[in-house]
Amino acid sequence: MLSPLATAQSTPIRSAAPSAGQAPMPKLLVDGLTKSYGACVALQPTRLEVPAGEFLTLLGPSGSGKTTLLQMICGLVEPSGGRILIDGQDETHTPVHKRDIGLVFQHYALFPHLTVAENIGFPLRMRGVAAADVDRRVTEALEMVHLDHLAGRFPKELSGGQQQRVALARCFVYQPSVILMDEPLGALDKKLREHMQYEIKRLHRETGATIIYVTHDQEEALAMSDRICLMNHARIEQIGTPHEIYAHPKTAFAADFIGVSNIFRGRVQRDASGAPVLVTGNGAFRLGGDALPDQTDAALVVRPEQLDLNGEGDNEVSGEVVDTVYAGSETRVLVALGEDTTITVRLRRGVPPPPLGDRVAVRWRTEAGVLVS
Amino acid sequence: MSAAALHDGATATARRKLRFGPLWLAAPGLAFLVVFFLFPVVRLLGLSLQDADTAAWTSDHYARIVSTDVYFRVLLSTFRIAGLTAVLSLLFGYPLAYWLAQLPERTRGKAILAVMVPFWTSYLVKTFAWMVILGQKGVLNQALSGTGLPTLPLLHNEFGVMVGMVHAMLPLAVLTMLPVMTTVDRRLVQAAETLGAPPAHAFWLVYFQLSLPGVAAAGLLTFISSLGFFIVPALLGGPQQTMLAQLIISQIQEMMNWAFAGALATFMLAAALVTCWVYDRLFGLSTLSGDNSSRKGGGTGGLRHAGLKLLAVLAKASTTAGDAVGRVVGPRKLARLLPVYSGAVIVFLVAPALVVVPIAFTSSPFLDFPPPGYGLDWFKVYFSSDVWLGATVRSFGVAFATAILATLVAGLAALALARSTSRWRGAIFAFFLAPMIVPRIVIAVGLFYLFAQIGLVATDLGLIIGHTVLALPFAFVAISAVVKGHDWRLDQAAATLGANRFQTLMLVTVPLIKGGLVAAFLFAFITSFDELTVAIFVSGGVKTTLPKQMWDDMILQLNPTLAAVSVVVFLIVMALLLVAERLRRPAR
Repeated sequence: MLSPLATAQSTPIRSAAPSAGQAPMPKLLVDGLTKSYGACVALQPTRLEVPAGEFLTLLGPSGSGKTTLLQMICGLVEPSGGRILIDGQDETHTPVHKRDIGLVFQHYALFPHLTVAENIGFPLRMRGVAAADVDRRVTEALEMVHLDHLAGRFPKELSGGQQQRVALARCFVYQPSVILMDEPLGALDKKLREHMQYEIKRLHRETGATIIYVTHDQEEALAMSDRICLMNHARIEQIGTPHEIYAHPKTAFAADFIGVSNIFRGRVQRDASGAPVLVTGNGAFRLGGDALPDQTDAALVVRPEQLDLNGEGDNEVSGEVVDTVYAGSETRVLVALGEDTTITVRLRRGVPPPPLGDRVAVRWRTEAGVLVS
Repeated sequence: MSAAALHDGATATARRKLRFGPLWLAAPGLAFLVVFFLFPVVRLLGLSLQDADTAAWTSDHYARIVSTDVYFRVLLSTFRIAGLTAVLSLLFGYPLAYWLAQLPERTRGKAILAVMVPFWTSYLVKTFAWMVILGQKGVLNQALSGTGLPTLPLLHNEFGVMVGMVHAMLPLAVLTMLPVMTTVDRRLVQAAETLGAPPAHAFWLVYFQLSLPGVAAAGLLTFISSLGFFIVPALLGGPQQTMLAQLIISQIQEMMNWAFAGALATFMLAAALVTCWVYDRLFGLSTLSGDNSSRKGGGTGGLRHAGLKLLAVLAKASTTAGDAVGRVVGPRKLARLLPVYSGAVIVFLVAPALVVVPIAFTSSPFLDFPPPGYGLDWFKVYFSSDVWLGATVRSFGVAFATAILATLVAGLAALALARSTSRWRGAIFAFFLAPMIVPRIVIAVGLFYLFAQIGLVATDLGLIIGHTVLALPFAFVAISAVVKGHDWRLDQAAATLGANRFQTLMLVTVPLIKGGLVAAFLFAFITSFDELTVAIFVSGGVKTTLPKQMWDDMILQLNPTLAAVSVVVFLIVMALLLVAERLRRPAR
């Protein structure tokens, strides 16, 4: 039931670069990296391996340490301890400008006094690339983001989405070993954000770049990542593919942060037949697979789509319908079990929503629940 | 439906009123400046083209300046000293401003006070301090002879003038550069470094370029202010350092030669205006009030490319130099260089005024440093002198009236311009800043001529009018800065809640921009309290102001009473400044 860490990390990577994908050495290795400001710990000692060509997302609420980790990798923040290795080289104390990394800033950080082409050419000129090559590669990069017609404009003459593309081109143009993106789509509206997600994935596919992407938007993380590194309280909560994290969260936090979850907290006990059950304020529920030892405090996670309104299942709760939420592709029903527990049920297709105030039974199969610590 | 129609009608009227309405608030200020600023200055320029006796048009006065060796030399040395002052102020000021800009906001507020204090310290007090320090038997030379070294000629030469001028202009340069620097996004420098730019490249190619509008504004203001300066060259310089303003003063006071003074003033004004024009072409005048948003693209085509090339060369050179220095003193110490340097500059700015304090308490009738004994003799002289006390009282009264008038007029104008979308907006904005750009001496001579005709010479009203002209730009900038950040939706909210226009103004707008109003009031007060140029001409005879009395004493004979007066003036200005700072904060 609980997926061991080893499985999570040996999962094949979907879009690994063909040549470097099987190399034993990870593109980026973060080893025991930690940061504290006085008594305040911004990042607990952390280990993270990123194979070449992977799209890894650092996901977590604000203050979870994801931005600190990112800034230490690119060298803007000096670590308090630990090492950063890129291609096996220790880069922990390399100055920012000598690291072979690219950073896409949240607010783009385009130079307002330089044109689009000059912005994109900047990293090449800093690397002493010959003028003719600079022009050619800038043109290529502009074509890659479909902005070749705007080369002579200044950043403030562009829309938010266009500025974001320039920022991406400026980063991809010099093909850094690792590309870091710090909530790059945070300033865009929803529609544009989804479009840019697709664009970034396309660039990732076309270039085979290794990308570490920071976001606090779980939908974005699920949609884009090869793996998600979920962070909370200055440490890594869980690493895995989007599916693993969604289907097999290891903690109540992971279950709650990703997707919609119904969480029942209680204590593991044995019923009359000796089978493990979780005794909660809403009743005792059967547990499948390897349960935690007796008398441990635990939580049972059941996704809304696993719950069945007045349907089949060997666990059951009952309550009163307090609201129905229509969301286009699906309808959710909110069922109040008691004073302070409300669960969310996804309505099966074709079933009419129950009237408010109806008493309903909600059931789920034992295997559908995930027990987390 | 009828309600909707009513609403539409109401907004239509409101819009018509708005288009017309706000700008009328600027009318009192405009009228005031036209009568007491534009008209006198234009008339003075007119005088320079007329023959004094026949009033026929002539260019004789200009020909005389260019052909008379002495006058021409004064013209050249004026431009040389002003240019040198501007360049040195920028060079010394830039690192300090850079250091201040990168401090955390709380610390920065306190550190800026160390620049504000010398900025608002009276030029007379500062110059008096340098006379005490650099004189033949001054602090420095006594220290030198005390260690057995020969004394140096530090005063009444180019060195003395440059020290005094740079000391006088450095705070202005720093305070002008600072607002632009604090708005430069430091993340852009980080971005440049992640893209592979070494720190020196990131600085020159990104930060420096983005701070350029501030540098240019500082250069403009220091150059123009220096052009019209006479206190420092008159008291710290020798005959070789005579500047245009001194020449104008002597032409008026000794020769009563208006036409020739007008011609001299024209040269000064022309230089100031040309500088402004160039600046406006490159950056736009509104940058002067720290308004960074509307600045222009920063040149085009060839000029821009040449600039970028030059900066790339500078970047490479300073990377090399930085590496070399870093290798010698170690990177740790290199990082400490900036704070140490900034501290040194602040000491240079603040220390001279502090030297005056012990001398004020001397028991000796001379300016010995350190004083042979201490006492309150010179304060007694000050407080028992009718002349000094009368001058102090008059200065207070005039400054108070000036502050009220300037705040009122500038406040209305700032409100008017903030909400106006008229195409005249830019021009009116520039007009309100103009008294800051036209050299004071030009305004003062023009006003003197006007006042002489309408009988305002040697009157308090004349002083108040003259000082208000000079204080208006400062008050205007102070209020504009706050009004710019004002959320006008709050006024709309007040209106929807039933407040009429006047109630909205008094109950919502004014309380929210109170900080700016207080600052404007105090800055106008200090401007007037310190003012000498207008006072030299307009406050004749017994109707003297405190700065005028100090000036007369400093020309005639240095004495410890001046030190006592300096301390009093210094303390008054500091108290006002602290009150301004205190009152300005909570409004944010």
